[in-house]
Amino acid sequence: MEMLMDSSQAEHSLLSSVTASERTLNPYVTGTSVVAIKYKDGILMAADMGGSYGYTLRYKSVERLKPVGKHSLLGASGEISDFQEILRYLDELILYDNMWDDGNSLGPKEVHSYLTRVMYNRRNKFNPLWNSLILGGVKNGQKYLGMVSMIGVNFEDNHVATGFGNHLARPILRDEWHDNLSFEDGVKLLEKCMRVLLYRDTTAVNKLQIAKITEEGVTISQPYSLKTFWGYSAFQNPTVGAEGSW
Amino acid sequence: MSNSAIDVPPKGGFSFDLCRRNDMLSKKGVQPPSYRKTGTTIVGLVFQDGVILGADTRATEGPIVCDKNCEKIHYMAPNIYCCGAGTAADTEAVTDMVSSQLQLHRYHTGRESRVVTALTLLKKHLFNYQGHVSAALVLGGVDVTGPHLHTIYPHGSTDTLSFATMGSGSLAAMAMFESKYKEGLTRDEGIKLVVEAICSGIFNDLGSGSNVDVCVITKGHKEYLRNHLLPNPRTYVNPKGFSFTKKTEVLLTKITPLKEKVEVIEGGDAMEE
Repeated sequence: MEMLMDSSQAEHSLLSSVTASERTLNPYVTGTSVVAIKYKDGILMAADMGGSYGYTLRYKSVERLKPVGKHSLLGASGEISDFQEILRYLDELILYDNMWDDGNSLGPKEVHSYLTRVMYNRRNKFNPLWNSLILGGVKNGQKYLGMVSMIGVNFEDNHVATGFGNHLARPILRDEWHDNLSFEDGVKLLEKCMRVLLYRDTTAVNKLQIAKITEEGVTISQPYSLKTFWGYSAFQNPTVGAEGSW
Repeated sequence: MSNSAIDVPPKGGFSFDLCRRNDMLSKKGVQPPSYRKTGTTIVGLVFQDGVILGADTRATEGPIVCDKNCEKIHYMAPNIYCCGAGTAADTEAVTDMVSSQLQLHRYHTGRESRVVTALTLLKKHLFNYQGHVSAALVLGGVDVTGPHLHTIYPHGSTDTLSFATMGSGSLAAMAMFESKYKEGLTRDEGIKLVVEAICSGIFNDLGSGSNVDVCVITKGHKEYLRNHLLPNPRTYVNPKGFSFTKKTEVLLTKITPLKEKVEVIEGGDAMEE
């Protein structure tokens, strides 16, 4: 409501000659894909730690996986400042929930629903939060993994990914995910996806964190890098058939 | 200086006669017919004895599948094959043209064609047309210098690779390759990986579908496995087959076998040089 008034004020004002825009039109500092799967004890989520400013790798230690309340884990790709704003909203939400002090706490399904409403309402006002969010958690033995996009599209599945992960990681997950993966197998599967993303996504960096959430709580690993292989013979000597060509 | 209304045949070059009418139509909202694209998954990989190429078989016209079982692996030379993605007419025409040029070159030199020859002919043609010939190709073959695999982009740039994917399903197929490829694969392992990559494109990309074609090229030998895998069979087939409605009656059945017009003479004279 205040936005509409602002734009009309700007038009009527004699002092300002340019209609100031207070809507998000482009993202500036962005994070790339997040990949998450359900496994035997809960949810595993992986994201790298890069914050890109267009094509420049500006920030190399951005934590894009954050715990929310007691039962949920949030991973985000897209505009980092909007992600920080969402964390503030969620902080407030969890605080108000705790103040009731009634022994109940918001589970992942409720937080997912809240985020969907927030994202959809912002999109309807043409001022979106430029993020794709992955929300995972376990409450009372029930595992939950869902995704919300910046226009408010939300769904729940056994494996989700944002951004480039949709094109590169989901085919692998559709092929190789199965129910009741062990922790080691789950981590191996996520690392396989993150390695393909590292090879083929220009905005990916080789410094990632893997987070797990189970009934006991959230554990986010220390940052580490993946091993890559570049020793193919075609890379060493691409012009073996015709010396001097390119 | 005659103002006669004689229709002179066009000397060649682009005729701009219909441009104003097309412009007027598009302003009124009439869209021109879209190109028949192959919206594709094509892949190639180098294994220990040679090269394996793979492709799906769906051709799309916008959102419609216009050909459920088209051939995307084109013949270039007895030892070189080329998969094509992009506009179907462009890939067909450009591979046919370079195939003929290679044949003439073989007659001229008396030697087996090399993959880099096909590569250079293709990239010269595509660069010349500045990307307007929308053909993205995966070229593979085995010649005297060994097995080679190249990708060629519509603007004319090329890459030499151990494994390559092109088309709308290239990311899904590349995810399979990047996670499972290693050097020195055997023939069966290579075919299995190519089939996995094409299936990944077929099931995860909407522009690709239907069946899997595979082509294995080794030194002195090639195998074109058309419809190597059919992972999308028709689920419900009417066992009765097709039956005409009651109003249609068969009045007369006459079968005329076609006679051959040309008689083939064994051991006839060779064509004059």
